[in-house]
Amino acid sequence: MPEPQPWDDAAGGGAISGAGAGGAMDLAMDEGATLEKTPGGPGGTGPAGKPRSLWSDAWRDLRRNPVFIISGLIILFLVVISIWPSLITSLDPLDCDLAKAQEGSQPGHPFGFDGQGCDVYTRTVYGARTSVTVGVCATLGVSLLGGVTGGLAGFFGGTWDALLSRLTDVFFGIPVVLGGLVFLSVVTSSTVWPVIGFIVLLGWPQIARIARGSVITVKQNDYVQAARALGASHSRMLLRHIAPNAIAPVIVVATIALGTYISLEATLSYLGVGLKPPAVSWGIDISAASPYIRNAPHMLLWPAAALAVTVLAFIMLGDAVRDALDPKLR
Amino acid sequence: MLLEVRDLHVEFHTRDGVAKAVNGVNYSVAEGETLAVLGESGSGKSVTAQAIMGILDTPPGRISGGEILFKDRDLLKLGADERRTVRGREMAMIFQDALSSLNPVLSVGDQLGEMFVVHRGMSRKDARAKAVELMDRVRIPAARERVGDFPHQFSGGMRQRIMIAMAMALEPSLIIADEPTTALDVTVQAQVMDLLAELQRELDMGLILITHDLGVVADVADKIAVMYAGRIVETSPVHAIYEAPAHPYTKGLLRSIPRLDQKGQELYAIKGLPPNLLHIPPGCAFHPRCPQAREVCRTDVPPLYTVDAERRSACHFWKETLDER
Repeated sequence: MPEPQPWDDAAGGGAISGAGAGGAMDLAMDEGATLEKTPGGPGGTGPAGKPRSLWSDAWRDLRRNPVFIISGLIILFLVVISIWPSLITSLDPLDCDLAKAQEGSQPGHPFGFDGQGCDVYTRTVYGARTSVTVGVCATLGVSLLGGVTGGLAGFFGGTWDALLSRLTDVFFGIPVVLGGLVFLSVVTSSTVWPVIGFIVLLGWPQIARIARGSVITVKQNDYVQAARALGASHSRMLLRHIAPNAIAPVIVVATIALGTYISLEATLSYLGVGLKPPAVSWGIDISAASPYIRNAPHMLLWPAAALAVTVLAFIMLGDAVRDALDPKLR
Repeated sequence: MLLEVRDLHVEFHTRDGVAKAVNGVNYSVAEGETLAVLGESGSGKSVTAQAIMGILDTPPGRISGGEILFKDRDLLKLGADERRTVRGREMAMIFQDALSSLNPVLSVGDQLGEMFVVHRGMSRKDARAKAVELMDRVRIPAARERVGDFPHQFSGGMRQRIMIAMAMALEPSLIIADEPTTALDVTVQAQVMDLLAELQRELDMGLILITHDLGVVADVADKIAVMYAGRIVETSPVHAIYEAPAHPYTKGLLRSIPRLDQKGQELYAIKGLPPNLLHIPPGCAFHPRCPQAREVCRTDVPPLYTVDAERRSACHFWKETLDER
């Protein structure tokens, strides 16, 4: 789920932020010196005695950020209705009555009916499931594939790194929509998986680059060298010393990308190569409604609004997370 | 002999050519002995240390010749896995900047304990107890309460103590300290050096102290090796070198120390710049900056002349230098 609660327990925690505030006076440190335990930061808001880390700092920042709260609530709502759409609608998105086609709002059907006489409200609600599934699965796939390949390439360098860099260049050269038209037009399945697969295929190089750059930056830190000098193995250096310090930019980019993946699914579905009916998707509905925009704008308005709000929410969330994780912006 | 470096050559392959960082270094350290390696930035002292530790970045670095005998084994002939087990267990390193040498996302207890988890296969809990013990040993007050704190919550001196604790954790027989006190202020420097020296005596370890600070060296070192342009230019027991340097470069270094009795006078500085390692001057590498340079210095590389039983100098005119004072 995209809800970013795991900060608090996400492995350990970082430290860059407190260097100024935390660097206690240097002198009194011989035997018998009194313990100078740094308080929980300038505001002292942290739980008493709990050491501050990058992650707990970020989480505290986030909780106070209205952008995060608003986007978080929207996303929470989306996730809930995509799991249990029946919570807010009792109708079936595929139960349509052609006699009611294009009719406007009426009791029990607040958003009216679409061109096939299906309830627009219900279809909009069910469309969230598709979007959230595509967004979350594609982001997980992209992060995993891109994060691992990019991270390894950055760590080991050399030939594989050079190969990966050229490969990502190739992928960056493929226009996404054109690629979608080519790859997905041959797919007949109406499930979300081909679309997710396509997004992962085209999306991983972006994350791979971020992860590679981030690992290269972290790798040069003295503590990685120090760990090496004290006999740490490659896997230990990578998993324990590099990954926790290098993951923040990946999380930020992945969160923002999640929103763009949702809009990409809608774009592809709109073009007729993403999801195909009878699947329920905002993109399909927008596509079906667009010829009738003059006569029955409500058919287009609601799925389009839902799409816009969803994408916006994820991008806002990504922004808030970036602000919280990037100490330079504080 | 605990460690013997013989005719070590290290080069770096860069876009502009081959930089010869270490050009035939020889030195040795015995158990319980402290060798201070002295020299300005780029003289190859840290690169030599990295080669000994096996943490040189290859590429661009390359060890192009020589032997590193540690307990009579040539480290350069060991496989990567064997080499790794030597690191941390038998030799360890202390770095200059303790804040950047500690992982910011792990508590100091985790990092100290890691030594025991990695090398001794201890449980997390036992390793934690060991971490507290180590912190006590390097005199960090209230170690038990602070073991879960992160590096940034400690002061500079304490962080360096933690680094020392990490290096000492497995009681290695050799420690390399690469400018361990450079990042600390003067009062703390002395405390950290004392601690290091004390632990070294207790554990009877060999210590290689890399520094460009002659003041730090005088109290703790047994012998000194002065490096210039990737070469040893002078080796000597510590006191002899202060009394009468046998190489003009050492002499220049000693004269550049600010002294209380020279108040108001201009501070001496060795003229010129350290040599470009891509184009090391022919002959004696120091000759462009040397006040005593003569024709022979431009053409002939000086060998390490024997000054006396314990002293060597790579200067054609060491006798003159020694007598001149």
